Amino acid sequence: MIRFFKTAIIGLASLLVLSSIVSGVERFPPPEFESGYEQPSPTFPPPSADIYEYIDALVLLVALGVSSYLVLKKRSRRAIFGLMVFSLIYFGFWRKGCVCSIGAIQNIVLSIFDRGYAVPVTVAIFFLLPLIFTLFFGRVFCAAVCPLGAIQDLVLLHPLSVPRWLEGTLRLFAYAYLGASVLFAATGSAFIICRYDPFVSFFRLSGNFNILIMGACFLVVGLFIGRPYCRFVCPYGVILRQLSRLSRWRVTITPDECVRCKLCQDACPFGAITEPTVKWSAQDYSKGKKRLALLIILLPVLVFSFGWLTVGLKDGLSRMHATVRLAESIHLEQSGQVEGTTDPSTAFRATGKSTEELYDEASQIREKFKLGGWLLGGFVGLVASLKLLGVSVQRHRDGYEADRASCLACGRCYQYCPRGHFRQKQKNQMFSERNGSAL
Amino acid sequence: MSENNNNITRRRFLRESFGGASLAGIGAIAGLLTGRFKKTKTVWQIDPYKCIACGNCATYCVLEESAVKCVHAYAMCGYCRICFGFFGPEPVSINEGAENQLCPTGAIKRTFVEDPYFEYTIDESLCNGCGKCVKGCNTFGNGALFLQVRHNRCVNCNECAIAAACPSEAFKRVPADKPYLLKPALSEAEGRTDHA
Repeated sequence: MIRFFKTAIIGLASLLVLSSIVSGVERFPPPEFESGYEQPSPTFPPPSADIYEYIDALVLLVALGVSSYLVLKKRSRRAIFGLMVFSLIYFGFWRKGCVCSIGAIQNIVLSIFDRGYAVPVTVAIFFLLPLIFTLFFGRVFCAAVCPLGAIQDLVLLHPLSVPRWLEGTLRLFAYAYLGASVLFAATGSAFIICRYDPFVSFFRLSGNFNILIMGACFLVVGLFIGRPYCRFVCPYGVILRQLSRLSRWRVTITPDECVRCKLCQDACPFGAITEPTVKWSAQDYSKGKKRLALLIILLPVLVFSFGWLTVGLKDGLSRMHATVRLAESIHLEQSGQVEGTTDPSTAFRATGKSTEELYDEASQIREKFKLGGWLLGGFVGLVASLKLLGVSVQRHRDGYEADRASCLACGRCYQYCPRGHFRQKQKNQMFSERNGSAL
Repeated sequence: MSENNNNITRRRFLRESFGGASLAGIGAIAGLLTGRFKKTKTVWQIDPYKCIACGNCATYCVLEESAVKCVHAYAMCGYCRICFGFFGPEPVSINEGAENQLCPTGAIKRTFVEDPYFEYTIDESLCNGCGKCVKGCNTFGNGALFLQVRHNRCVNCNECAIAAACPSEAFKRVPADKPYLLKPALSEAEGRTDHA
């Protein structure tokens, strides 16, 4: 009998202890009301319906189609500008910026690496449609559909030209940014493209103060340097560049022959128009050949050293992952190096998970970052050396041409080409003559 | 001259074949993902059983006024006279005076129902999602108060800024047709309101 009481008391005590750990248990039973009081039922407003997402995808498709027509067929800067303003209002201010094609890279990458995450169809459409259009028509997405491009294009007041070497060097950042965002998305650490999107706070008219300041800086720089985000930062632009090299149709400045007046090159705020080439002298040619040979030998060295440098940063990089940060702070607390606890460590202790398990997880993630660091660094090294190879090869261009990769298809050069004006004049004359005869 | 022409056609051939290959690549990505496509979009929501009511929801949301608000599960509420979600740690007196309240914005209304029960309702337009009342109710009460992302306010960022700052990883993406993660008593209640 006594034993029974003992077990009962122990059981009760342990029950009490357990119940005090579990938060929000029913400590006070809900009352039975006698006054006929009725409990109010709370409301749960649903999110906006999926149909709006599909409408957005449809608008994207139509905008890309119209943009292709305006850039390649109508060749009118004014019309492209109009579409750009529409895109800024619709995709920017109306839709508040999410999800955009640039950020969709990360969703696609995450869905490839994380079996538990499936991409919503509309996000995949936002990612794929501009790629397909670029393969056929060049960067018509950048021209007039992307709201981030549009907001920068609108503020461009007094474009200054950026030296070609500086442009190429700065662009390396965009490649590194693409690599880093893929790495962080693949490891499930963060979506850095979204976190550091400089313009989305303008579209929402609210946001993180630091990001707002960064966006404002981009816009101020954008007064003088055409579309700084698109040219030196945008990770999606990097993908579009490469696809645009292969595009079926492209922006052609002059409707017939180039008179080499250089007006279009001065008009392009993005440094995307390349001058006609001069044939290399025999001396230049042999120098170029030597440089090319050297660079080809140097390529693996460059790739390896960039990879090695990046892998050295793996501890810093892996701290982007919440689990690694948590494991580090738990370790510091347990070894007595810091006093007190943080919110994450308190929350972790409340889950009752063992620290060993956490450390295991963290070291697995660190391993991923080790491999990822090699790949990221190697990728940047490869891009840098290919860039160097590119400038050591002789090219052949007869006239001023829009560079396939860099041309954002904004259409500014169309109105500067004297051949274009000439042809327009001829057309107008023909039109008025025909009208005159009809009258 | 003929050599030059040859050169151009070769380049063109290469470009077009690469273009075709890229198109095939894009098709392959699309094909690879088709099995993993989801028709409905996802939205962000807080798992109330993981939430530690740290207060980040009030400050990290990209909206000026957070999309996270406190929800009251009346079916779980004890209708206590002394509610730890309503009264501060050492109330001067047990009444609705502002100096006694825990809520920094005075968003909780306390009304007498019948002896000894009081009803607590949340004025959502005042709530800033700081979770002070949630903490109080979880620690000393039934846990009838908890935080949820309100989808009439949430702009559904691709990466939720609060989720990135959440110390207990309570934020997750949930399918848009089931956008709330409620405590059991409330899910039943919600089921009723939905059909009504």
